[in-house]
Parts: sequence; C-alpha cells; structure tokens
Amino acid sequence: MPFEGPLPPLDLAADFWSLRFVDETAEHYVVRKNVAQPLVVTSNRGVMATVYADGGLGYAATSDTSPAGLRAALERARDWARATAAHGLVDSRTLPRSAETGRYASPSFDAPLRSRREWYELLADESCSMAVDARIVDWECAIEVRVATHRWVSSAGGDVVQRFRFVMAGASATAHADGETQTRTLNGHRSICQQGADEILDRFGFAGAGRRVADEALELLLAPDCPSGTMDVLLAPDQMILQIHESIGHPLELDRILGDERNFAGTSFVTPDMFGSYRYGSELLNVTFDPGEPAELASYGWDDEGTPARKAYLIRNGILERGLGGAVSQARSGLPGVANARADGWNRPPIDRMANLNLEAGDAGFDALVGAIEHGVYMETNSSWSIDDSRNKFQFGCERARVIENGELRHVVKNPNYRGISADFWRSLALVGDDSTRQVLGTPYCGKGEPSQIIRCGHASPACVFRNVDVFGGDRA
Amino acid sequence: MRNVDKGSGVAVDPVRAGEQAAFEAIADALRRALSEGERYTAWLEGEASDFVRINRGKVRQAGHVEQRSLCVRLIRGARHAEHMLALTGDTSDDVQAAVSALAGLRTALPELADDPYLMLPDAVSDSSEEHGAALPASELVIERVLDAARGADLVGFYASGPVWRAFANSEGQRNWHAVSSFNFDWSLYHRADKAVKSMFAGLAWSDEALRARMDAAHERLALLSREPRSLEPGRYRAWIAPSAMEEVASLLRYGAFSGRALATKQSALSRLEAGESFDRRVTISEDFASGVAPRFQSDGFTRPARVPLIREGALAGSLVSPRTAREFGLAANGANPWEAPEALAMEGGTLDEADVPGALDRGLLIGNLWYLNYSDRNACRLTGMTRFATFWVEGGRIVAPVNVLRFDDSLYRMLGTNLVALSKTPELMLSPESYGSRRLTSVKLPGALVSEMAFTL
Repeated sequence: MPFEGPLPPLDLAADFWSLRFVDETAEHYVVRKNVAQPLVVTSNRGVMATVYADGGLGYAATSDTSPAGLRAALERARDWARATAAHGLVDSRTLPRSAETGRYASPSFDAPLRSRREWYELLADESCSMAVDARIVDWECAIEVRVATHRWVSSAGGDVVQRFRFVMAGASATAHADGETQTRTLNGHRSICQQGADEILDRFGFAGAGRRVADEALELLLAPDCPSGTMDVLLAPDQMILQIHESIGHPLELDRILGDERNFAGTSFVTPDMFGSYRYGSELLNVTFDPGEPAELASYGWDDEGTPARKAYLIRNGILERGLGGAVSQARSGLPGVANARADGWNRPPIDRMANLNLEAGDAGFDALVGAIEHGVYMETNSSWSIDDSRNKFQFGCERARVIENGELRHVVKNPNYRGISADFWRSLALVGDDSTRQVLGTPYCGKGEPSQIIRCGHASPACVFRNVDVFGGDRA
Repeated sequence: MRNVDKGSGVAVDPVRAGEQAAFEAIADALRRALSEGERYTAWLEGEASDFVRINRGKVRQAGHVEQRSLCVRLIRGARHAEHMLALTGDTSDDVQAAVSALAGLRTALPELADDPYLMLPDAVSDSSEEHGAALPASELVIERVLDAARGADLVGFYASGPVWRAFANSEGQRNWHAVSSFNFDWSLYHRADKAVKSMFAGLAWSDEALRARMDAAHERLALLSREPRSLEPGRYRAWIAPSAMEEVASLLRYGAFSGRALATKQSALSRLEAGESFDRRVTISEDFASGVAPRFQSDGFTRPARVPLIREGALAGSLVSPRTAREFGLAANGANPWEAPEALAMEGGTLDEADVPGALDRGLLIGNLWYLNYSDRNACRLTGMTRFATFWVEGGRIVAPVNVLRFDDSLYRMLGTNLVALSKTPELMLSPESYGSRRLTSVKLPGALVSEMAFTL
C-alpha cells in the first residue's frame, strides 16, 4: 500500500488529479450478558481517484492499489469527467487545486494499548457489575479500537499523510417489568469516541460505570413520566451534542444550502444571504469548527481535498458568520467555509461534513445552571431524534431526566421529550455552562450523501439552559 | 444432504462469471489452509457500481466504485472469530489475503472464550441465482434523464451495475447470488422544500417507463405551484401513500421484528405479545419471493420463501438469527445477524388506488414521511415529518400543498383503531440505500387511509 514514498509514474492527460489512499483496521470487542461475543476484525484498504478534465469532474474507487490499478482508476475517473463535462454543475477549471504537504497523527498514536485479553477482561468486569437484578433483561459493553492511515496525493504536488487511532466505547442496560422497558447507556450509543489511547476510557470513568448504568435503568422503570408543558430545560452535554449536530451542524452545511442533498438528507432553512448578519441564537451562542481540539473524534490536519484545517467561528455571539463547506462548496457559493470536505472511506467521494463542531463554554457552574431554573427538567443522554428536512422543526427524546423545582434537582422522570424550531430554539439559550460541565463527545454514525456515507463527527459542549421549551413525556393513550 | 437450487436467471455477465470463479478459488484455498479440527465460513459482498449525482438538472458528481468485502470466520470447537477484509480483484492477491486473514484468526482463538451461542448449518445447501440483464451505459441513461426532465430543477441519484453475494464453508457449501440492477431516485423541485419525489428502479431499463414516471412527476409538480397551506397542530384524516409507509417500515426495520429484541422486550412491537394488536387487515411478512435479497444469509443458513411476522393484526413470528435461536431456544429462520427484514411485505386491502382522493374526502394526502423515530418505544409511538408532495384535500380534490408538519402518534392507533382502509395493490420498492455498499433489500407496501393522525408541530 503506497502510504509512504514516491508513487509509480502516473502520467494522465488531465487538468488535475488526486489519489486518496485509505487503510483502516479495527477490532471490535463486545461482552453481552456476560458472554464474550465473537471477535470481529475489519481491514479495509483502497484508493479513490479524482480527476478534473475538460471542465468535468469524475471519480473512481478501487482496492487495487497496484501501479496498474492506480492508472486504471485515474483513467476511469477521467473518462467520467469527460463524459459528464457537458452537463456538469461545476466547471472544474474554476476549482482550487491543493498542493499541500504535511503530516498529522492522533494524540498518543504510538502509546501501547491493552491486549485483546485485557479488553475482554475489562468488558467482562463491567458486564458482571450490570447483572444486578432479574429485571435487567439485556446488557452489553463494547469497545472498538480503530487505526486509520490516510494519504492524499495530488498532481499539483500535494502529499498529506494522516494517522489516526480511535477508541470508541459503550455500555447499556435494559430493564423490564410490568410491560415497561427502559434502557440506559453510558453517554449514549458510542458517544464516547475520541482519538488516543487508554486514557480515553479513564476520562469517562468507563471502568466501574456498569453498575451505575444498570441502577439507573432500574430507577427509570419505577419513575413517573416526564411532566408536560412549557418549561425551562437544562440539557446535559450528551444531549447537547445531538442538538448541536442536528439543528446547527446540518443546516450550516453548504452543500445542503446549494441543494445537493435535497433528494436525500434534505435542504436547509439557512439561505446564503443570512451569513454575516443572521441572529442564529442568543448572545451566549458561540459555535466553532475546531479540528485542533486534542483527542476529539474528528480532529485532523487537512480535509480530504487537501485543504488545511483551522479553527473558525461559525456563530459568534449569536450571529451566523460562516458555513460548513469545503473548498469546492466555497468556490460554488462564494461563501466562507471551512476544511470539511470529507469521505467516510476510499469508496466514497468527499462532500461537506461536520467534523468537530463545538459549542464554546460559558461561565456558569452546574449548580448555577440548576439554580437558575424555577420550574423545569434536566435531560440527559439522547435516545430519539427527528427533524424536518430543512432542519427546523425538531423533536428529541432523552433517556433520563430529573425535575427541577425552585433551583433544585428533584426526582427522576422517564420518557422525556421536547420539541421546537431551530430558528427559535437557540434564541432561548439563557445560560451556558463552564468548562467543568463540558464534555468532548461525538458520534461515529452521521449519515448523508448519495452514495451514502456514515462519518465520524466530534462534538464538545457544556451543559446549557433553554427557556420556555415544549416538554412532554410518554404515551398516555 | 445437498440441495441444489438453480434460480431463474439470465446469461451470466462476464464480470460476474469471473467474480464467481475468484470466490471459488478463495474458498478452495481456505479449505486447504485449515488445520485439524478447524472449520471456516466465508461471506462475500461485491459490486461494480456507477454513481451519478444530479443537482439543478446537472451532474454534480459522477464516478465508479468497484469493491469486494470478504468476511472469513475461523471456528475451532466453540471458539470462533471473523475478519472482514477488502479484496483487490486480483485472484492471486486475494487468495493470499484470505489465507493470511485465516492465519491471523488462528492466533486470536486461544485468547477467546468458548461461544455458547455458536450455531452453524448442519446440512449443505447450494444455490446459484442471477438476476438482471446488461444495462445501458450510465452516461447514456443520464442523457435521457436530463432530457426527460425538460429543464426542471431535478435533483437525484442514479446507481447501476452488478451487486453480488456469496457464501462458502468448509463443508463444501456454495451459494451465489448476483443482481444487475439500476436505481434512479429523484425529485423535481418547485422551490424551497416543495418537491415531487419519484423512483424508477429495476432490472431492465426502459426509456418509456422513465418518461411515464417523469411525466407523472411534472403533473404533480404543477400542483405545488399553488399557495401552500400551513395547518395548525391537531388530528387530521390522512392518506399515507406507499412511499410514506416505506418510512414507517424503515423505522421498524431497526429491531421491531427482531427475535432477540422481542425476547428482551426491546422491540417497539413488544406489546403485541401482551394483548395489543393492529387492525385485523394488517398482515406483514418477510417475503423473499417479492424482492431481490439472497435466499441465504451470512452464516450459510437458507431462507424460507416467507416468514410470517404479523397475521391479522397479531404477532405471528419474528426474524430469528442462528445466534438468537441458540440463545433463546427459538427456531432460526434465515435472518441476518441484525434480524432486520430484507424483503418486508404487507398485504393490500380493498381500496382502489384511483379512489384514494374520494375516500380521503377531506384531509392530508401524504406522499412522503421523513426522519421517523420513537417518542415512546414501549407504546410504539412514532414521530416524524411530512416531506415532499403532501397536499390538503377537500371534497376528494387536491386543494393546496401543505407546509411540513410533525406527526406524533402510536402505530397501534394508526394501523389499529384508526385504520380505515389499505390500498389494493402493494407497491414494490427496491431500496436505494448505499451506505458502504448498495443494498439488496426491498419493501412491498400498500398505502393506508387513517381516520385521524395526530400532528403536533
């Protein structure tokens, strides 16, 4: 696999070409109901050729990375570029041609990790600690360790090599009694996902968390339903990341705004004229694209079009400044963007994706956040998400909530849901938690694109308070 | 015993013939590489796909993806592990990679525990099926598509080419399933979020069929130019078209019919086991005869033609993988490891499609739903949005397009107490999904007329 050193001679009659090599290997360890599930190893290697020719743009992907395979892929991509040039939406002669060079590596990339046996022992310990009651009917602990090497080379002299190591962990317990089922997880489904080594699990207290997860599942079984009505909500970071992802991240993607996703993932309520002046949220809302946050899931040095990645404010003091769009989308739209043209593998072309999308911390400690609510709920851990195709009308559900009365946390309630409209919701942001309430989380499962892709996104957020939200519980019919 | 099923196919595409021979070479090499007491299984997924993405009636991205993924599992006693690796398409290299993966798994097995839920086929059952014929060159198809769009704001996606699945094991079982198909999934936009969504998918391309579908989309697009209506939250009579029912089915795919999820009370349909029911006209099955899915799964188990899931409103069965069968003492029925349906089919009712507007009389004609999820899984209460062409109907006539609405209602009400009628002819929809690779899944669904549906935002 040509990840280092010169490539074979690749003469191609074209305006520009690039090759993006991807080599990812992973091991998946799962212990479910105290039974180690079969080991799953994955290794996926291949290359994507992208060619600009005669104003057209074509791609071809293959796992044949021999010199002949590379030449064939480039020629096939060029043929596609030529064949569609007459009908092209974008004149590739107007697009930037990166000549970037450089290296990136995840923090602790070379640090030793646990052995397979040790991973399974850790998971077995947690699994055993979750089997606390006969009403726990299902439970599972899982770790995925993934190592990836990406190399991007261009005919303009570009050559970027990036090495990543991801550790993703999860624990869940399902309790059932009297026709009621409740599931509790550790920060959601695989929201514990960062770059680095064993220290990632330490940050989230993974070892020893199983018992608490199971206890909270049992607690939910006995809890009353979440109250309904208009009230204040305090959202924990493991719900904030979903709120940010769905109602800020997706609507700010420039390819959605340009219409590429209208047949599938959807459009956006954000229009080009809003950048620079639109009040997206209250003065407290500061959202950044930050590929440099150490250990966050989607930190990197360059995107998959070879654009160097730097931190940028998307929303500053509530005002929309720039969108989430890579070099191609910026050229098409004339709007400011970031380095976020990304593909989920060698077999898919780069499109505009969220990477690390973070809400900057404020100055309120957790007690101050709770203390500012006279009547409301504190919601933790996303469990359900739905939003319209313009990313405006949303309804989200959480695993667990606690009632807040007169500035104090009270009893636990189940089935908490809330709904709203993105364009209004962020303007009701009343308090932003400080660094002590902040967590660096993410999701490995963001879907979008035709052909479709599932990509890794990092999200960091403090806990936040929103005023006058439409809150409700489970079905009463 | 050995059963051989030669499905009704067409002349083998030369590319696919080479693929089958390469897989056979890998299978033979794996068998030769086994040590005493070892067994293997191998599952292959491959495709050679053209992808063309269109926006505003022009080509946004076009290209080709050729990929093969082999999952090799090594079994020794009750221990097993698997390695999923990308193949290059060079048989010599791929044989070496597969054997190397097997050797790697051999070193892993001593570190693993026995698996009490390992279950493998106890009989050999071979099969070979090929579906579909040569398709026109994708560049030509796109020319015809853009021509048929007549300058409209067309946004969509065309995928075509062969997709194949194969299984082999150390007992000599061989299964091969290849489908050469196309899927053109597109929308014609009026403006903002007002559009008509259409699909043309199958095994044989037809210019006439494309034009007919495009003409129908243009007709409906004209209705979207009327002033849209914003409805207040409330309960409305509604027609849920088959393409909207597909979104409901997509949500249920994730665990609702799973034997494991039902056994552990995590299925959204768990209350069907506790006395809840749908209307007696609701009958749902996994119907492999209706779709394009292979009749074998990744452990080598063959699939029955039909697995009843809901019969006359009551739970009739579930999708049971071999692993779940062993864990819960159930009978395996060819389900994949995720126990997700691949060819879900719902029986039709009595409502003639032409009579839908009249039967609806006054209410919402919902062409598509979007982004469904559970607001209360225990109660199978779903929430989601209307999308694309959704209209307000009065006196059996379309009055105006409707701005997007959020519904939040229990499926037990929608397909239970509030079900008025199901349309007569269920519609077969091949999945356009392409996460990682192109799917061989489908649904066959009728539309549903409901007396009321709760809209909340």
